[in-house]
Amino acid sequence: MSNPLADMELPDVIFCIGTNMTETHPVAATRLKKAMRRGAKLIVADPRRIPLAQKADVYLPLRVGSDVALLGAMAHVIVREGLVDREFIEARTEDYEAMSQHVTKFTPEWAESISGVPARDIEAAAILYGKAERGAIYYTLGITEHICGVDNVQSLCNLVLMTGNIGREGTGINPMRGQNNIQGAGDCGALPNNYPGFQPVSDPANQAKFKAAWGVEVDLEPGMTKVRALEACGDGIQAMLICGENTVVSDPDRKHCEHALRSLEHLVVIDIFLTETAALADVVLPAAAWGETDGVFANTERRPQRVRQAVPPMGEAKPDWWIIAQIAQRLGAPGFEWESAKDVFNELCSVSETYAGLDWDLVAEGRHHWPVPEKGHPGTPVLHVGEFLRGRGLFKTPEYRDPAETVDDEYPVWLTTGRRLAHYHTRTMTGRSVGTQFLVPEELVEVHPDDVRDWKLEDGGFAVMASRRGEILVKVKATKQSPRGTVFCSFSFGDVPVNTLTGSGYDPLTDTAELKVCTVNIEAASTAPA
Amino acid sequence: MSDDTNGYELSLLELDGEELKFRAGETLYEVAQRRNKDVPTLCYDPRLEAFGACRLCVVEVDGIRNPVASCTTKAQAGMVVRTKTEALEKHRKTLMELVVSENPEATIDPLRGMASQELGVLAERYGADGSRFQGKHSGSSRPDDPNPMIGRDYDHCISCYRCVRVCAEQEGDYAISIKNRGFGTQITVEFDGFLSDSACTFCGQCVQTCPTGALNDLRARKHEDTPGELEATRSICPYCGVGCSVDIMTKEDTVVAVRPAMDGPANEGALCVKGQFGWEWIQNPERLTKPLVRKGGKGGELVEATWEEALERAAQGFAQVRDTHGRHAVYAVASGRAPHESAYSVQKFIRAGFMSNLVDNCSRA
Repeated sequence: MSNPLADMELPDVIFCIGTNMTETHPVAATRLKKAMRRGAKLIVADPRRIPLAQKADVYLPLRVGSDVALLGAMAHVIVREGLVDREFIEARTEDYEAMSQHVTKFTPEWAESISGVPARDIEAAAILYGKAERGAIYYTLGITEHICGVDNVQSLCNLVLMTGNIGREGTGINPMRGQNNIQGAGDCGALPNNYPGFQPVSDPANQAKFKAAWGVEVDLEPGMTKVRALEACGDGIQAMLICGENTVVSDPDRKHCEHALRSLEHLVVIDIFLTETAALADVVLPAAAWGETDGVFANTERRPQRVRQAVPPMGEAKPDWWIIAQIAQRLGAPGFEWESAKDVFNELCSVSETYAGLDWDLVAEGRHHWPVPEKGHPGTPVLHVGEFLRGRGLFKTPEYRDPAETVDDEYPVWLTTGRRLAHYHTRTMTGRSVGTQFLVPEELVEVHPDDVRDWKLEDGGFAVMASRRGEILVKVKATKQSPRGTVFCSFSFGDVPVNTLTGSGYDPLTDTAELKVCTVNIEAASTAPA
Repeated sequence: MSDDTNGYELSLLELDGEELKFRAGETLYEVAQRRNKDVPTLCYDPRLEAFGACRLCVVEVDGIRNPVASCTTKAQAGMVVRTKTEALEKHRKTLMELVVSENPEATIDPLRGMASQELGVLAERYGADGSRFQGKHSGSSRPDDPNPMIGRDYDHCISCYRCVRVCAEQEGDYAISIKNRGFGTQITVEFDGFLSDSACTFCGQCVQTCPTGALNDLRARKHEDTPGELEATRSICPYCGVGCSVDIMTKEDTVVAVRPAMDGPANEGALCVKGQFGWEWIQNPERLTKPLVRKGGKGGELVEATWEEALERAAQGFAQVRDTHGRHAVYAVASGRAPHESAYSVQKFIRAGFMSNLVDNCSRA
């Protein structure tokens, strides 16, 4: 996030797109509700009539995957109505002219033909955001899990730059990170292109820096993403270490994924349960769980905070860092002589520019937002104040592209996926907790009541849902939360493996899977599952 | 007019004989809290708008005939205020006797909720055992509600409305409502139904602010008979990216509850259903407790092994692939769920162990 969570109470216009925040980030959503009680206006763009949409002043029910059209049209209206922040554009950005030319063709009427959102509502949203004194954008995976995820983000950046809604309190462009420490995994350099602290591996200066720190010269060539690595399993990739991820259930195209992992010569999984993924491993190593180990998580607002051991690990379980260090030492790798989580974290701080001013003791109370470039630095709650990382903010000119799959006679229904409030990911945790399991005991495909009728389904009955990659049997729930022609499932239930269906395509730049769109057909099932 | 050294206005009042500066808009209760005065309350929650219902926080102010509720009275320049006098304490004792008379005699287990001991502590302090006023009770419990998270023992309710207010003001959910008044007061939800049929999201905020344990944590109460002292360990919720601060509550080596931290920078006391009630997996019997290795080739079974055997096998497998296919045949995936130390170790394993960048985390899918 460019801005801290506390800022969520400050905007006068809030634009939420592709985020079911009341279910996926409920505590953050409480801050938005407070802002609205103080008079802030809310724009919500989401294909589904999610709880946030019901609170919106302007609701934009776009067709899945049509974000670039919608956002381009909003930019078009902001230019047309003269709501751009000229001073900000001149002082802090470049290529505005190219962008403003580019969006002349993105008329609201054209965008309506693509997205299904009435042109007048697109205009209303654009004018509301364009006039905001403090406009803040929030998004989640509804923006990024598309073949055009980068284009979607750049379209949002255009809105932010043209209205000067960045680098100030209560504004910004704010992706809500979905997992407790997904921010931290990136911060720590678990990325194919960056060392810890987002230092590019392709820069020889960084190679030299880490050679000095670790005594090893690492390739200048970036590695491949996990998506590509799974494609290369049994071919270029023959051994894999998977730490705390149930790849088989969480990644798209389950059949492909299982096949990939089975074709490895050597698979080691570190986890707390014998997940579907661990069951395929040659060696499974039991990890100490949350509550059993010390460490640090960084939250969505770039705030590193300490987690602490409250109970001893179950059985012989061990912390991840200990397990990995033990394997590394047996391979003769240098620099794994840590004795505590503190040692590991302090080493991270010593090699990361974003954490250079932090150490184990300084994060004890979680007071800093990174970057913290040196000791004594107070941290950086708001990014991009005065200047962007690259100097000037760059406008881009993304074109609208159809999703990898579009509805046709054979697969006439859009399927989009996400989370529900009561469950988290593949339910390794919430599926083993009485309360959350009580609230949502089974997977349901959410279908508009009129579609239930027209497609001859039955509310509470079973349906066969098929895509080009596979089919599943799932119970139907009639709900007006789904628009006509679009159905929704979570990916939480292993017995209703929705990721058998997804996996139609990937963003060409980030390899992020288009989990938010694929096409399916649905028919009433003749039998209930055995 | 502001005093730059401490941010307080220069306006002065006298509190228990001490001259104090105060901020414009501060209540007498807030000024007294700042000086660590022991002013009792039952309907007060610092996150909520002052309500002035329980009247226990009354103080004497010169020039005002009757004691005033300090939580709703704004400080004014020149006020002379007393927080503890014989008359006030007598008044508070009578109030406590009235409140306690509504409640059945019961020991409230602290596992019921964070604030659940407030009434009991004050009752003991004022020697109020409920014998002085006997008669009607307000609130009827709902043992019929099947939800396994929030117990609804309204027989213990004292109509402080903290649950109603926290649900509205903090959560913005407005799930909890009030039916009738006086002895007929009943805390309820729409259509007098079950919580799971209402707007309730099971965030647990009502449970944690209830001063009597009337609303209570049913998951935690499973451990009322678990031996050991109740202890808190500060941590961060393991679910989404908001990073809510929590206290992991334990009795000896057993996790018995999770509670929100009021001073958590990201959540300021809030949690959601997952953070509040979704912790029982930690000590689930299905947890992996021993290393497993596959015996008898790819089609073989996973069987328990010693750490030494498993680590040796893990390392040998990587060494063999490296020696046969080269160092670029080894890949690692780090978790977005585990702490920094895990992700840092995984990327260093690949970079220091195989000199490549063949590592990623689970953020792309």
